[in-house]
Amino acid sequence: MGGYSLGELKSILVMQGFNGLSLFCVLLLMALGLAIIFGQMGVINMAHGEFLTIGAYTTYVLSTASARYAPWFHTYYFFFAVAASFAIAAAIGYGVEIFLIRPLYRRPLDTLLATWGLSLIMQQAFRSTFGAKEVSATLPDWLMGSVKPTENIDIPINGMFVMGLTIVLTASIVLLLYRSRWGLSVRATTQNREMAGAVGIDTRKVDRLTFALGCGFAGVAGAAFTTIGSTGPTSGSLYIVDTFLVVVFGGAQSLIGTIASAFTIAQAQSTTEFFLTGSVAKVLTLSAVIIILMLRPQGLMALKVRR
Amino acid sequence: MSQAINGAGGVDGATNGAANARRQLMAIGVLAFLVFLVFPALLDPFRLGMVGKYLTYAFVALGLVLCWGHGGILSLGQGVFFGLGGYCMAMFLKLEASDPISTAIQSTPGIPDFMDWNQLTQLPLFWRPFRSLAFSLLAVPAVPCLLALIIGVAMFKRRVGGVYFAIITQAIAAILSILIIGRQGWTGGVNGITDLKTLHGWDLRTDHARRILYFVNALLLFGAIALGRWVLGTKLGRLLVAMRDKEERVRFSGYDVANVKVFVFVLAAALSAVGGAMFTLQVGFMSPSFVGIVPSIEMVVFAAVGGRESLVGAVYGTLLVNWSKTYFSEKFPQLWLVLMGALFIGVVKVFPRGLAGLYESHGRAWLAAVRERLGRLLSGEGRRITPGPPAPASVERPEP
Amino acid sequence: MKRRTSRTRAFLFWTLVVSSPLLFFFFFALAAASAGPPTPQVNTTGLTVTDTEVTVGQLHSATGTMAISETGSIQAERLAIDQINAKGGVLGRKIKIIQEDGASDWPTFAEKAKKLLANDKVAAVFGCWTSASRKAVLPVFEHENGMLYYPTFYEGLEQSKNVIYTGQEATQQILAGLDWLAKEKKAKTFYLIGSDYIWPRTSNKIARKHIENVLHGTVVGEEYYPLGHTQFGSLINKIKLKKPDVVYAIIVGGSNVSFYKQLKAAGVTADKQTLLTISVTEDELLGIGGENMVGFYAAMKYFQSLDNGNNKGFVTEFKNKYGAKSVIGDVTQAAYLGPWLWKAAVEKAGSFDVDKVAAASPGIELKTAPEGYVKVHKNHHLWSKLRIGKVRADGQYDVLYESSLIEPNPFPKGYQ
Repeated sequence: MGGYSLGELKSILVMQGFNGLSLFCVLLLMALGLAIIFGQMGVINMAHGEFLTIGAYTTYVLSTASARYAPWFHTYYFFFAVAASFAIAAAIGYGVEIFLIRPLYRRPLDTLLATWGLSLIMQQAFRSTFGAKEVSATLPDWLMGSVKPTENIDIPINGMFVMGLTIVLTASIVLLLYRSRWGLSVRATTQNREMAGAVGIDTRKVDRLTFALGCGFAGVAGAAFTTIGSTGPTSGSLYIVDTFLVVVFGGAQSLIGTIASAFTIAQAQSTTEFFLTGSVAKVLTLSAVIIILMLRPQGLMALKVRR
Repeated sequence: MSQAINGAGGVDGATNGAANARRQLMAIGVLAFLVFLVFPALLDPFRLGMVGKYLTYAFVALGLVLCWGHGGILSLGQGVFFGLGGYCMAMFLKLEASDPISTAIQSTPGIPDFMDWNQLTQLPLFWRPFRSLAFSLLAVPAVPCLLALIIGVAMFKRRVGGVYFAIITQAIAAILSILIIGRQGWTGGVNGITDLKTLHGWDLRTDHARRILYFVNALLLFGAIALGRWVLGTKLGRLLVAMRDKEERVRFSGYDVANVKVFVFVLAAALSAVGGAMFTLQVGFMSPSFVGIVPSIEMVVFAAVGGRESLVGAVYGTLLVNWSKTYFSEKFPQLWLVLMGALFIGVVKVFPRGLAGLYESHGRAWLAAVRERLGRLLSGEGRRITPGPPAPASVERPEP
Repeated sequence: MKRRTSRTRAFLFWTLVVSSPLLFFFFFALAAASAGPPTPQVNTTGLTVTDTEVTVGQLHSATGTMAISETGSIQAERLAIDQINAKGGVLGRKIKIIQEDGASDWPTFAEKAKKLLANDKVAAVFGCWTSASRKAVLPVFEHENGMLYYPTFYEGLEQSKNVIYTGQEATQQILAGLDWLAKEKKAKTFYLIGSDYIWPRTSNKIARKHIENVLHGTVVGEEYYPLGHTQFGSLINKIKLKKPDVVYAIIVGGSNVSFYKQLKAAGVTADKQTLLTISVTEDELLGIGGENMVGFYAAMKYFQSLDNGNNKGFVTEFKNKYGAKSVIGDVTQAAYLGPWLWKAAVEKAGSFDVDKVAAASPGIELKTAPEGYVKVHKNHHLWSKLRIGKVRADGQYDVLYESSLIEPNPFPKGYQ
């Protein structure tokens, strides 16, 4: 790194540090919904990527609608879009749980296949509704700029937005799990389903709510990702591999594990990308993940692998 | 032997073993009739080639029946083994196609064309043994088996299983396809290894050669079915099923569950690899699009549609799914994804035991009804000529 | 009386005898005038050609991940074929299309190519998009002796008797663009970026040689990211650190959108950084959003905003057929050329036979091409011009520069 002034290097260090954190938040945001569902219900939702896409298309629809019918609203529509994405994705998730997941509860491997089928159908539905081509939501200007604390430092606002959203969502899920009545029932159901049912917890309702919440989070992530990524019928599948890796690497049924694994992968990837080139960095990160999984297949922070 | 197959064969199998075994043999017989006589006689070379390609996927489905249907281990990364087998074969064929004379326009003649495009000036070390056909044929099953062994030992010894195992195998599939695409100087990248021409001077591209390959492939497939039946018939087969249903009890009875799982996983990998190699030979190239997540999970559906516990069913399932895939993508390209998705959902919700299960629940009764009606028709004709006691069916018909 | 009747009869008889061959000849001539030369004469190899119809194939992905990109090509080829049919077809025969779906899957492409050539015996195929699909079908076309018109700009390093490449090969798209940067922007340092597969890698290799050996500039970075990569933060920081005169970007697919959105968010905009891409057509701009790329440059042979009579007609007809909102990118225009080039070659050869069409192709000129004028080289690529466009916020390009006609050179000496 010769030939650069100390000031330049310092500002790059700051921006690179921010980049690592922002990647961490992106990974966590993608994985939260999946981790909740997998952790609490033992169900892998292969259509997770498509729920992300629901959020992205919701944002797109609202963006076009507000641009056409209510231009004054366009500056703020994004907050509304995030909320709407949550609601729509959660509602669809609620229905999916009733019709698809509930009857298969005792056969987790079959759930995996069924949700994969669901993802194919959803992709085709997006394609038939919005066309095969990618679309672009027009984002409010304040969201696409950057903050300049000094001359050389640019901190992207959309990065900060994603970061803030992640913090809010993570905090709310932790609060929900550990401070609410619902959280108590969820934890009880996870530990011992029969016993929880016996003491009067409606475990079916708990499952439905958990699944809807997980899908809703995916929708929010999808809305947020319109600021940094593409919106198309198969956009969700761009994120799905990373999402699964984060959850698997973190270890099943551990929210802390998911956070730790998102952090580790994000830092590893961001650092190697900076000092090496992109493809090599990706391959190195993935190989490291696989080798660690070989040595410790239960993931970073598994409570205890349940059979 | 027959007893074990019944145990594996399904719920109602245990009650009348001999009949079940006979039915299975009959299903195999019908399949052999179709594959060896009907298809080659009726289909033109193009369609026959497609059936040949489908039959290579059937190897993967067979492996899945063993490790998923009977062992309860769902691997979503079978494409990895299919691909590795295919790549081992493709490397040999590519080296044969890249002789110094036909690659004379390259900067470095004698190496595969894609290496030349990627500024490689000599053959990478790990490519060199693939100049030998014997080594390549050995590597086809050996390389995937080795990988399966490593994965299996690492996972099963630590008692990782179920959904978690499925997801890890899927991650491995994703990583391997990224690796292959990323190291394009060594692997041909996203284009794969293409333009394969001859096997020891024998031109693979002619209709005649493809016909021969089709029959070789079909023979190998029936060999694989026989192998699968034999494995399931041994004590190991019974252990597998026992383990799937109540793993703890098997473990407490003093068996090493992990070893059984590793064995069946490696066996499934080897079968997939053979399929991959036959695929390369018939289709004429290999590319990373068979390694990743999507093909791997589609292969699971082949097995699921056939009936995840039935070896023959897996072959029927593979043929049916692929035939309908081709048919619908030719006739209704827009609908194909929806139908495929519906098939995934239907196969777990509506007919979880697949074609084999449908036959058990509906087909058999229907066949019996047809047979009875035929019989009655024949005996009815007989009655008209020779007077005698009326047919039992009419006697036993209850009064309304 | 009786004698006379018989004479009349004889007269009628002889008139008929003499005139019937004449009549026959007359009708035959009439038929021939409308249907062109007789079929056995124009089709000696058993292609599907009747007296009134000739069958061609269309082989693109209508489903799967590549459908996004290939839809435009499907539409353009159909438009061209409809127009040709409206003008009377080829050698007096209407063109009939058999469309096959490659489903974004390379073996399916190979399979369907085989079906089109071996079963349907089509006279020509318009199709493929990615290099991978072309590589998969190439052995089939060579073995079955078919004719493929391939529309996408690509990495070169290929030449086949059985393929006409209607897009640009790498040197046509790269060298003139770099020269323009050096001359207009006084660019000396370059940062090369690409998605990790053969087209970007080969293109950047050519670009690097040209920058170092011809322009005497420096390449300060060269990087590849996996297809579908979505996080470019570290890369953007490296660009900021190294401050290259030009970022030369060949990123494709969904990654494209992520890259440009994140670039804009990080404050790297056109007023501070020159960026030239060869992978963003108007189609991709739809997904990226023009406002996220404003002021960056693209090097292509065709932009929808090209100001000439041919193009205005083409754009109008395209929009009439597929809706006012549809956009036309470089590849879509190149796909439109395919059927016209084939028609010209068939008419020059006077035959549908693949060997004769292939032999007649070099030298074919198309003065009606929307991009202006193209000519088929003997290496089966097209002579064409290169244009530099500047992105507008509405998702179109302002065309700033136009080169002279460039010779295609798929195996460039000194660049390998």
